[in-house]
Formats: sequence, structure tokens, C-alpha cells
Amino acid sequence: MFNKILIANRGEIACRVIKTAKKMGIPTVAVYSDADVDALHVRMADEKVHIGPSPAIESYLVIDKIIDAAIRTGADAIHPGYGFLSENAEFCKRLEKEGITFIGPGTQAIEVMGDKISSKKLAEKAGVNTIPGHLDVIKDAEEAVKVANNIGYPVMLKASAGGGGKGMRVVYNDAEASEGFNSAVHEAKSSFGDDRVFAEKFIENPRHIEIQVLGDKHGNVIYLAERECSIQRRHQKVIEEAPSSLLTMETRVSMGTQSIALSKAVDYSSAGTVEFIVDKDQNFYFLEMNTRLQVEHPVTELVTGVDLVEQMIRSAAGEPLNIKQEDVMVNGWAIEARVYAEDPLRGFLPSIGRITDYIPPEENEHIRVDSGIFEGCDISIYYDPMISKVISYGEDRDQAIDKLRLALDEYYIRGVGHNIAFLSDVLKSPRFRSGDISTKYIEEEYKDGFTGGTLSLEAWNVMVAVAVTVHSCEVGRQSTISGRMNENASSFSETWHVLIEGEIQTANFLMTNEGCNVITGGIIYSVETLWVPGNPVFSAKINGDQVHVEVTYLADGYLLTYDGASEIIHVRGKREMELSALMPVKVPKDMSKYLQCPMPGLMVSVDVREGDNVSMGQPLCVVEAMKMENVLRAERDGTVVKICAAAGDSLAVDEIIMEFE
Amino acid sequence: MQDILDKLEERRESARKGGGEARINAQHSKGKLTARERIELLVDEGSFEEYDMFKEHRSIDFGMEKHKIAGDGVVIGSGTVNGRLIFVYSQDFTVFGGSLSETHAEKICKIMHMAMKSGAPIIGINDSGGARIQEGVAALAGYADVFQMNILASGVVPQISLIMGPCAGGAVYSPAMTDFIFMVQDSSYMFVTGPDVVKTVTNEVVTQEELGGATTHTVKSGVADNAYENDLEAIKQTRRLIDFMPLNNREKPPTRQVFDDHKREEESLDSLIPDNPNKPYDMHELIRKTVDEGDFFEIQPSFAKNIITGFGRVEGSTVGFVANQPMVLAGCLDNDASRKAARFVRYCDCFNIPIVTFVDVPGFLPGTAQEYNGIIKHGAKLLFAYGEATVPKITVITRKAYGGAYDVMASKHLRGDLNFAWPTAEIAVMGAEGAVKIIFREDAKDEKKLAAKTQEYSDKFANPFVAARRGYIDDVIMPHATRRRISRGLRMLKNKELKNPWKKHDNIPL
Repeated sequence: MFNKILIANRGEIACRVIKTAKKMGIPTVAVYSDADVDALHVRMADEKVHIGPSPAIESYLVIDKIIDAAIRTGADAIHPGYGFLSENAEFCKRLEKEGITFIGPGTQAIEVMGDKISSKKLAEKAGVNTIPGHLDVIKDAEEAVKVANNIGYPVMLKASAGGGGKGMRVVYNDAEASEGFNSAVHEAKSSFGDDRVFAEKFIENPRHIEIQVLGDKHGNVIYLAERECSIQRRHQKVIEEAPSSLLTMETRVSMGTQSIALSKAVDYSSAGTVEFIVDKDQNFYFLEMNTRLQVEHPVTELVTGVDLVEQMIRSAAGEPLNIKQEDVMVNGWAIEARVYAEDPLRGFLPSIGRITDYIPPEENEHIRVDSGIFEGCDISIYYDPMISKVISYGEDRDQAIDKLRLALDEYYIRGVGHNIAFLSDVLKSPRFRSGDISTKYIEEEYKDGFTGGTLSLEAWNVMVAVAVTVHSCEVGRQSTISGRMNENASSFSETWHVLIEGEIQTANFLMTNEGCNVITGGIIYSVETLWVPGNPVFSAKINGDQVHVEVTYLADGYLLTYDGASEIIHVRGKREMELSALMPVKVPKDMSKYLQCPMPGLMVSVDVREGDNVSMGQPLCVVEAMKMENVLRAERDGTVVKICAAAGDSLAVDEIIMEFE
Repeated sequence: MQDILDKLEERRESARKGGGEARINAQHSKGKLTARERIELLVDEGSFEEYDMFKEHRSIDFGMEKHKIAGDGVVIGSGTVNGRLIFVYSQDFTVFGGSLSETHAEKICKIMHMAMKSGAPIIGINDSGGARIQEGVAALAGYADVFQMNILASGVVPQISLIMGPCAGGAVYSPAMTDFIFMVQDSSYMFVTGPDVVKTVTNEVVTQEELGGATTHTVKSGVADNAYENDLEAIKQTRRLIDFMPLNNREKPPTRQVFDDHKREEESLDSLIPDNPNKPYDMHELIRKTVDEGDFFEIQPSFAKNIITGFGRVEGSTVGFVANQPMVLAGCLDNDASRKAARFVRYCDCFNIPIVTFVDVPGFLPGTAQEYNGIIKHGAKLLFAYGEATVPKITVITRKAYGGAYDVMASKHLRGDLNFAWPTAEIAVMGAEGAVKIIFREDAKDEKKLAAKTQEYSDKFANPFVAARRGYIDDVIMPHATRRRISRGLRMLKNKELKNPWKKHDNIPL
């Protein structure tokens, strides 16, 4: 076994590897850039080596620095994590030369699989299904029909220079193939000035399913079932699960067998992933092989009980696999949600900065949280903005979904924007639960982007019960103030009036031996909680069900976030509610006339003057945020009537920069 | 007998109607509550006791003798807020437009007098068209009487003004002399002369909102302390503020049940100060993580944002916080920030509220704009306010404390009781670069030497230990221990006694 392992990575994956190394009793070395001086992986490792400036290209990607760090600390093996140097054949070769073991597959596997064409050829040779297609240019409509018949409908005709859906036609029969070819050629020519058109099998509602393989240096390879990663946003995986809700045992075995064949063809000796695209009829086609540990590896670990990092380390150290294929069992269900520092309400723009408040979900037999952050750390612009991965485990898919939703409700992050509400919204949808998913899921379900989670009836009632309990606690505490003249005075009400989504309902609050009861709409909600004012997350058992609700106090009312939905709720006495009805409804300003600052930053320059006519797309000003200059442009033609900020001003998010007419 | 008793109820009923149904509806249609509705929301249910309900004006000019409405346009009385006594007057816009007559003023003076005698806060709800012009000089005299009461009550009981409608002309000077002014967005305004007069005199065209709306006074002029969306929200926040206030200047601040450990440590504060000394950070985070349950009532949050002022609690008891805000103007002191903080410090000192100061100040803001507007005297106000304050004063220097601004910000030299510094503190005459440029003026071109000297200066002075060696800093503390150390300090200083020499009053550089 190795004397010391250097982890050539950062963030959650570095922490993840360190955990297993610790468990195995192997000392670890962390490497870090300027931005990561105080990072969690640096704190966790036994030794640390500084490897340069913040940009990865000057630190984590510099082979010489990594090798130098290993030599200086006497590390005899390097785990590359994912990304950075994990699939870099040059790095492997250099390590070999230095006599340092690369914890991963051999150089050859990386090289072959790193190339789309060579990997596809190898796959075909190894008997792996690849997407049927016609890689030569199609001459005319007649040939198009012939080719389509050879491939089998549906077929996609696509322009060689294509992009953005232009010059692409999906055809289902001969007539469509002939007609589609002509229009595709026409479109391709007018759009790209290149009329070459190819044909490929069209996969309807494709699902992304991948097989985890594990090999050693003694020619053994096994597969650890599949992971489904169909929930993607712009090719970025968002939610992954194991097993897949689609596969039959037969397909699973068939995919596994082919994956083993492919791995053996390259003497694969570590953990790797063979990615497939699968259609609704269980037809599967090879996409590519990732020769590293995947981000989503924990779901496989939870359902198989195998520590993939440990297996990688053991294989790299030359140990033969201690698991046989027939020993691999899939128990239960695991789902992973990737929590990103981004703002889903603003088109998922990355949100960087200081994590001011951070309360992760409690880890237990159902919940695992892999993260590389802590309260008070920075999410920097230099690296992937992933905050963490929350992985749930359940006896079945439904339980895994519910446990994950609960964990996401419990999660509290402030300082940067995050996508938790979005994740919750996906997880609670009936369509997701039904398993009817595809890689187009997010595109289809969020056509106009994410505009905030919807409020279910169940969530409505939970929120009312929580708001009433919080309010009653606050009001009760207010009358503990010293110096009271009227010992009986209290704004406590037997019957509260609750305003939510424009509707008013009454609710009674009663203390009980176990906690309290909120009675509303003829239903008793028994609330058992240890919550006290000051806790941002209200955790309770409501009628026996565990809930976690985020509570934010507003100048008037409360903002509650639960199950992906956020609501402003007012809890008032009868008279107060009557009088509140007299308050004017203020129409929010029409913000289309304003240029607002999209992120907190510093105004570098204002490029227009009051009275200027601007045309769409014209640069208006430059805002610097986290050392990046962002040019803000006119969204439509107009006239600048007022400029409210000057160069050098620091701007808050949504601050008005200028006004148009 | 029963008849007589019933008559009283009838009279009361009639008085409660104020200016009548139509006017009440008009008031509501403007999104405003009536004088009595506002009081209902302000005080605990059923706790209001009204006085002078039947008072009427005595004017006989211009047909006024025929127009008398019980109460004369202002409702006064006492009530409780969470059980604690307060006094309130609320102008009734439905009665003569809330205009101030001689008798209307008498009622306000009466309730203020009661407040002072009883030692309880006075809350004034302003919604008035101005002086009752039919009464001429009598109304003006009324204003002056109210002003005089405001002046006498100042520093005796807390005075809070809610501006919930027009407040123009001389009327503005009553709220101006109270401790806090809250306004309501879109339905309140304050100015000495209105848009019409402005147009005639200066030819300036300006709307009421621009001239004296809530945004103007909370962002530009700093006249108001905060603005809220509507009457209800403003009143709720007033109740919240009252819970922070002692009832009068003889009392200690109130305490209430608390759910936060006074020894709570915040590891995240250890990374609050960025590695780059020129990078800002949000001082609100330190305040929020220091106070009980993160509950902070900020005063003037939108004005002079380079300094933060407001109330929080530690161990359930009120503490005033003053903190430089590196996010705005690098936390420099300027005219507005000095005035804002000085007034806040003096308020705290009036009412026995301990002051905690968080310091990250690179100095006073330079420039002609500042000098021409009297930064010398405005800066001196803050210096004066800190120096004269006898309440417990705890100061924590988080990063920069440069030059004269270091002295000003509740330093040891101004009788600071406990002066702490974080290890990241730099207490010096100025930043290393600036200092070296002066000391080594002759070597201006020798960049290498300057860099070396800058490093040397920085090593020598960019830390808290030079000051700590002299005892100007009582201890260097870990950031994560800030709350624990402050709460211990406040316990220690609970019975602090310090008296300034007898004087009629001081002569703060106004």
C-alpha cells in the first residue's frame, strides 16, 4: 500500500478522497492555489503544498508543480479526482517516469478513450452498441430514403455545419425523409453556406444512463450497475440516481457486459464510467467512456456499498479486486442533487462570494453530503461553482426522493445564490416521481426558465402551521420584556388570521404537553419542535411528519421557504387583518425602463450620457464584479433620461443604474 | 340615571367618528388609516386610554364657531406596547385636515407633559395640513408650545415621530427635534416650503415626493430614520423599536427573554477579513453574528451607508451599535456619517444604552466637498459625542484604524471602557504606502527601496500589538470570540459609574 497520497484536486472531491485515505490509514497531501489557502481540503489533509496563483491553468493544471509537490512531500501516489488532470495522458506518463503511481487507469486507456473517434471505433470492435448512422455525405433525396431505411426510423438528418436546430430534420417515414432532406439541405445552405447533410439514428426522449466499471491490474473488470443522469441543464448534470427507473434486468446485464468488454479491450484497471444513451424501448448506444471517478459516484456507492475511492486506491496499489461480479448487489435507491452557487431566477447565472451562513443537512443513514465548503468561505470565480452534492438513500425510489427533498429543505445557505429551490421543484414533480424523464426534461418542464417553485396544498398547510407557531412564539416572548405596567397585556390572539397567496384563513394556536397545536380549516396540526427565535430553519414534526422550513422575518410578515416554494405569510389579529385590507396595493415599478445592476459590483465606466439615444445591444456601462468586467448592454432601443450611478460607485444587486424613455 | 350614563357613550361614539364617514373613506382611499386606527395598531389591544376626547377649539373667526368637532383634530392618550407604558398623540386628518389649532396644540403639550412626568416614551403620529389659518397667530403659538415641549422632553423620554401624511412648514420642526422619524412611502412628505413656493422663489420645478418624500429624507437628507411601505408596517416597526428603548432617562434599557447563548462562537468570523486589505466586506455580518438571534434594528440604513448605526441586544438587553462599513466609501468618515453616528451615540448616552463600536476606518474622506461643508466641525461632533458619553463603551477594531479617525471611533483615549482588536487590526497614523512616501520622500524614485520600507512599516505598524503594548488596546481577541467577549464586557460594566463635570450643558460643535 502507498505511504502517502497526494490529491491533485480541490473542493468536495479532494475532501472525499482524503476521507477514504484517512479511513485506510494513509497520510494525505493537499495542494492549493492562492484562492484556496483556507479551503476545507487543505484543513483536512495531513500536509499541504502551495502550487501557485488562483487560476487553475497556473496551479491545479500545472503538471510540474503537482509532481514537485509529490516529490517534496514524499507522496508515492496521486489521486487526480475529476476534472483538472484526471484524464490527462501526459500527466500519467510523467508520473510513470517519476515512479509515482497514478490512481486511475493506464495511460493507454486514457488516450484511447479521450478521443471520440478512436473510442467509438474501439467500442464497435468490442461489440458495444453505437448509434447507427451514415457518416458520408448524402447526395440526394433518393439516397436519403435508402440510408434512412438502413438505419431504421426515426432518423435525424443533420447539416454538417449545423447548430441551434438549424438544418436538422427528424423524419419518421420515406416521404418525410425525402422532403426533409431537401429542406435540410436548403436550410443548411442558406444558414451556413454549406449544404452537406448526414444521417443518424434519432433517439426519442433519450435518457443518459451510465455503467460504473471497476478494474484491477490483474485483468479483472466488474460493473457496479448503472446510474441515470438524465436530468441535465445545458448538458450539466443536475440530478443523478442509481439504479435507473427505466432499465430491465436484461438491459442492465447487457449494458454491463458490453461495458466490461470495452474496459477489457483497453486493459482498464481502475474505476471508470461507460456512458450510454438509451431510448424508451431499452435500446442503448455507447456515447463515451470517462476514465476517472465521476462527480455522481456516490449514488453507486450507496446502493452497492462499495467505496469506489478505496477500490481505486487498492487497484492502483496492485491489489486484485476483492469483489466478484456475482457479489455485486444493488440495494435500495440513491439520488444525488448537485447544489450550485447560481441564481436560478436569473437564468442560472453563477453567484459567487462569501458563504455567510451555512447549515448543511444532518448526515445519517439516509443522507450524505459531499462538500468542500464551510461557513465563512468564499465561492470564487476561478473554479466550478458547485457548493456540494446531497445524496439520499432510500429503500425504494419514492423514499429516496422524499429523503432528498427533506434534506434540501433543511439546507440553509446565505451569502450566495443557490439552486436548492429549483432542485426541490424538480424532485417534487409528479412527472419526475413517475420516472418519465429524459435529457430534455428541464427544457420541457421549464420552457420559460425557472420562475420559483409552485406551492402544493400540503406545503400551504405546513407553511400556515409554521407561520402561526413562529408568530405565537415571538408574540409570547415579547411580553417577557421588563418594566411592564400592564402584566396582562399581550398581542397574543386565540385566533390568528393568516394571509397567504391573497387568501385569509383563521388559525387557532394552542399549547399542548408535546408542543403545540395549530387548528386551521378544521384540521389539527400538532407541531412538535425545538425551534426557538433566531433559528433560520424551523424544524418540526407536524402530525408526525418531519419538516424543515426556512423562516425569514420581514418588516411585516414572514417569508417562508419550503419544498422549493417561497411565500410571504402574514399572521395577524382580527382587527389588524381588517385594517391591513385598507393598505394600498402597490404596483411594482415597471423595471423594463431601467437598467439594473445584475450583480453586486463596482462601476468601472458609464459609456453613455443623459439624453443619448441608444440602440439595442449598445454597451451602456461596465460593472466589475469579482475582478471580472461585465459589459451591460441596452436591451432595446431608447433614450437615456437619467443616469443614477457614476464610475467608482459600488452597486448592489438590482440597483438602478440608468433610466430610459 | 342610566340615561345619563348612556349619554356619555353617545358622546364618545360621536367623538370617535372624527370628521365623519365621508372623510374617513377619503382617508382610506388614500391608503391611509385614521388617527384612531393607527393608535389601535400601535398599542396593545384594549390598552388605550384617551384623554381630552371632548376638547373643542375656541375660535370664533371666519365661521369657525359653527364648526366644532370633539377632539379638535388630534387624539391623545396612553396605552401599552407589550405591556409597557407609552403616550401617544395622533393627528386626525379627517377633522379640519388635521390642522393645528391652539387647542389641538394644548392637547399635544398635555400628553407630552404627562409622558415626561410619568417617564414614558411619547409617540407622535403626524398627519396634518398645517396651522389652522383661521386662528392666525394662536396656531403659531401652539406650534411653538409643542416645540418647547419637544425640547424639554429631549433626553428625558424617548420621542418617536411617525410621518403618515403631510407635514409641512413650521410643523416639521416638532418631529425634527424628536429622537426618531419614520415615514411612509408614497403617502408622507416633509418640507419647510412646498413645491409652489419653491417654484415662485427659485423657479425650481419639483414634486412633493422629490422635495420631501420618504426616499428623499431617508436617502438624501437624512432627516428621517427609516421609511416603510405602509402605515401598518411603519407602526409594527415602531413597536419593535419601542421594545429596545428604556422608558426614560432614569431607567436601564429593558431586558427580555433570549434564546441565544451569550458564549456563542462564530468560527466564520475568523475569515471575515479578506486577505487583500483593499477588499471590502460587509460589516453587517459581524453585527448580525454578535447580537442576540441576529436581530438588529438599523437606524438610517439608507443614509450615509459608510457608517452603520442601530440597536441590537446582548443577553436580552439593548445595546447601540456603531460600525464603519468598508463596503461604502471604504468605511471613511465623511460629513454625513459623522453627523449620523454622533446623533446616535448621543441618543444612546441619553438613555443609558451601552455602545459597541466596530472599527474599520481608513480615515476621514478627503476633498473640497468635505472641507467646504465643514468636515472639521462635523467630524468633531462624533468625537465630542463619544468623548462625553458615560455609558459603557466597548470597541473592537477589526481592520484599519488610521489617523484621527482612530481617535474618534471610541478609542481608549476617549474613555473607552474595553478596547479590543482583532489580530487583523492595523492601528497606525496611516497606511504603510502613504507613510513610506512621506518618510522617505527623497527616495521617491527608488521603487525597490520604497517597497522594502513599505514592508518594514507594514510589519512594524500594521498590527494591533504596537497599540496593545501601550495599553491603548486592552486585549487582542479572536474574531470568533467577539460575542462572548462583548457580552462579558457588558456584564462587567453593568454598574459602571462615570460622571462628567457639572455644567449647564456642553457646547457641542453644532
